[in-house]
Amino acid sequence: MLKTFLKGGVHPPENKLSAKSKIKDLPLPQVVRIPILQHLGAPSKPVVEAGDQVKAGQLIAKSEGYVSSSIHSPVSGKIMKIDDFIDSTGYKRKAIIINTEGDEWIENIDRSKEHIKEFSLSSEEIINRILSAGIVGLGGATFPTHVKLSIPRGKKAEYLIINGVECEPYLTADHALMLEHGEELITGIKLLKKALKVNRALVGIENNKPDALKHISALALNSNGINVYALKVKYPQGGEKQLIKALLNREVPSGGLPIDVGVVAFNVGTTYAVYEAIQKNKPLFERIVTVTGKSVKNSSNFRVRIGTPVSALIEAAGGLPENTGKIIYGGPMMGKALSDLSVPVTKGCSGILILPENESSRKKTQPCIRCSKCVSVCPMGLEPYLLMSLSQINLFDRLESDKVLDCIECGSCSYICPSNRPLLDYIRLGKSAVSKIIRTTKQ
Amino acid sequence: MNKLLTISQSPHIFSDHTIRKLMLGVILALVPAFITALIFYGIGVIIVTSISLISCVLFEFIIQKYILKSEVRITDGSAIVTGLLLAFNLPSNLPWWIIIIGSLVAIGIGKMTFGGLGNNPFNPALVGRVFLLISFPTAMTVFPKAQGWNTPYIIPVDKIDALTGATPLNLIKEGIKSGRSVVELLEINNLNYSDMFLGNIGGSLGEIAAFALLAGFIYLLIRKIITWHIPLSVIGSVFLFTGLLWIFSEEGHNIISATLNINLPLIKFKDANEELKVFHMADPIFHLLTGGIMLGAIYMATDYVTSPMTHRGMIIYGTGIGVITVLIRVFGSYPEGISFAILIMNGFVPLINRYVKPKRFG
Repeated sequence: MLKTFLKGGVHPPENKLSAKSKIKDLPLPQVVRIPILQHLGAPSKPVVEAGDQVKAGQLIAKSEGYVSSSIHSPVSGKIMKIDDFIDSTGYKRKAIIINTEGDEWIENIDRSKEHIKEFSLSSEEIINRILSAGIVGLGGATFPTHVKLSIPRGKKAEYLIINGVECEPYLTADHALMLEHGEELITGIKLLKKALKVNRALVGIENNKPDALKHISALALNSNGINVYALKVKYPQGGEKQLIKALLNREVPSGGLPIDVGVVAFNVGTTYAVYEAIQKNKPLFERIVTVTGKSVKNSSNFRVRIGTPVSALIEAAGGLPENTGKIIYGGPMMGKALSDLSVPVTKGCSGILILPENESSRKKTQPCIRCSKCVSVCPMGLEPYLLMSLSQINLFDRLESDKVLDCIECGSCSYICPSNRPLLDYIRLGKSAVSKIIRTTKQ
Repeated sequence: MNKLLTISQSPHIFSDHTIRKLMLGVILALVPAFITALIFYGIGVIIVTSISLISCVLFEFIIQKYILKSEVRITDGSAIVTGLLLAFNLPSNLPWWIIIIGSLVAIGIGKMTFGGLGNNPFNPALVGRVFLLISFPTAMTVFPKAQGWNTPYIIPVDKIDALTGATPLNLIKEGIKSGRSVVELLEINNLNYSDMFLGNIGGSLGEIAAFALLAGFIYLLIRKIITWHIPLSVIGSVFLFTGLLWIFSEEGHNIISATLNINLPLIKFKDANEELKVFHMADPIFHLLTGGIMLGAIYMATDYVTSPMTHRGMIIYGTGIGVITVLIRVFGSYPEGISFAILIMNGFVPLINRYVKPKRFG
């Protein structure tokens, strides 16, 4: 029997339209806009000024504090200005705007396609290189990778988990990466194992990607301590906690981190970025992005420089369809709806999904019939119907005791609700109110 | 681009479940039982069901449109399900005006006074049924004898004794009171398990055919409209509890002694007059196949609105229904108790929801 997590979960139509698409390089955009906050933590601090000439790979904003990350120029050209610009959240945030001129990279980046297997770095050296390459979790959470690799005192990592689940419908960026860069991924896994000083790495891949499963399993056979597992298709299996449960049957405690159960988990995209940073000296300034949708002419996987406007990606996939109603930055279950197509691709962007008009609006909300489907599908064992009502009437103490802060915002409850109730919207409100109260009472 | 984009929070895709589809599933699951009722009771089944169904929908429409002046929601199908389930709980020769009173109580008092779909604490169809049972005890407990399609809807007064009868539960209960054993009673009343399983017995029109109700149960499980928790905990607890009591009865004692070939002492009880008496009781299979256990466990107790939200809560609720039903059947004054049992447990649902939480992750 295939492994999976037991509690809750849904199975939306997979719609992996771009699964057969090879990764294509997106043409360099004329202008890139690089937000200085692309990761979880403190915004980076720009180290360039308007008028400076930069090369691709050059540091343009350095990390500010421990939980932060460096940002490198994705193109060569001239810094036009540092100004506020709308990003995927819909807010204006500070961004470094660069006019592209040619494609010159800094000298020490190895631009060859050759796969370099050998490395002799120590654990600390690997973590330092990852820090200076500005690597963050590319699965979407964008948590700085070096922080995850630095195991807190008193904790011990036993397993490295590599997340090749890609449970969001439509998205295929990780799938394409596993098919085309399997060898590099294996080296990346070895680097991460070395950095964490663990002996075993588990790779989880959902069963709807048989080619990737076969490919990675075959490659892993030649390496010690890397095991590949096929997982039953179920959303949100790509969630860190659900994946750890599926692979190791360990439950990350409420409010805890994977390291509390001896696990550190990384997405395959992050693993590939680690490979490139260490073996090729290449900082993180490009990533794989799926551009897809039922009406999109050529749903594809692109290698995209950070800062490229979303409109350029859509253009490359055959242009914006006539019937477009909604453009989503990320997957359909957890992505953000965009209001503006000039929003730049950042490190956490795994896909651009274009939904037609008839799938864009929500249906009319009906009364709750207490069918308990939301309770059954919640992967965290919460009661979404209750959290929604508690949130509506501002009962914050009960929200907290009913574990609203455990919600991972996967959206399974809103997805399944036969009455189209805005469950997750209200839970988010309750969650932010409760964490605000906790923050202020602590001070 | 000059077109406006839609903005909303995630998720951006939704399942195709709707209230209407769920209700339609329940209606489809009730079709086998309806057809079986038709085969045994004929035209009366159609008359009672249509009156109940139409009056329930109509009352909901009138209340929503003219009294509450709110949005009319009759198309969600919930009033249709209430109408169907109310009819399934009625004798197939019930006069039309009693049915209409039942519908008015079910929809008016059972559902709309609490704020309509989703807010009623008690199962509306059962509120209607129990109101009728208390108000019209004779009409509600005398059932036509099954004569197939020729069973008349209106039974002439002079033929009432010949053409009507009671439910097996009632026959056994009254018989035990007169001191007869269940074995004897089954023979006198010509009752056997295959008739009970197929539905060739007296009873409310939708409750008689155990096999048809079970077929609907399988359909509901496959469509994932309900889970197994409530029906199986009701059925299981009725089986276990009646089984436990049955072991102490003369009937159970005789069968156990014969099959195990041992001579157990027969337990005797003192009654109110200080006389020693044996305890008579029908076996668990009889209890499961007669009365409203199947209809109640599969279709009434599982009503979304009035049942608990967590699987553990559902098992507590279902077990409570089973235990109360058996208590009423064996020790109470009514021959059947599932309607009361469900309504009583409906009252506990908010409490169960408050204290029985799902197992949290982590």
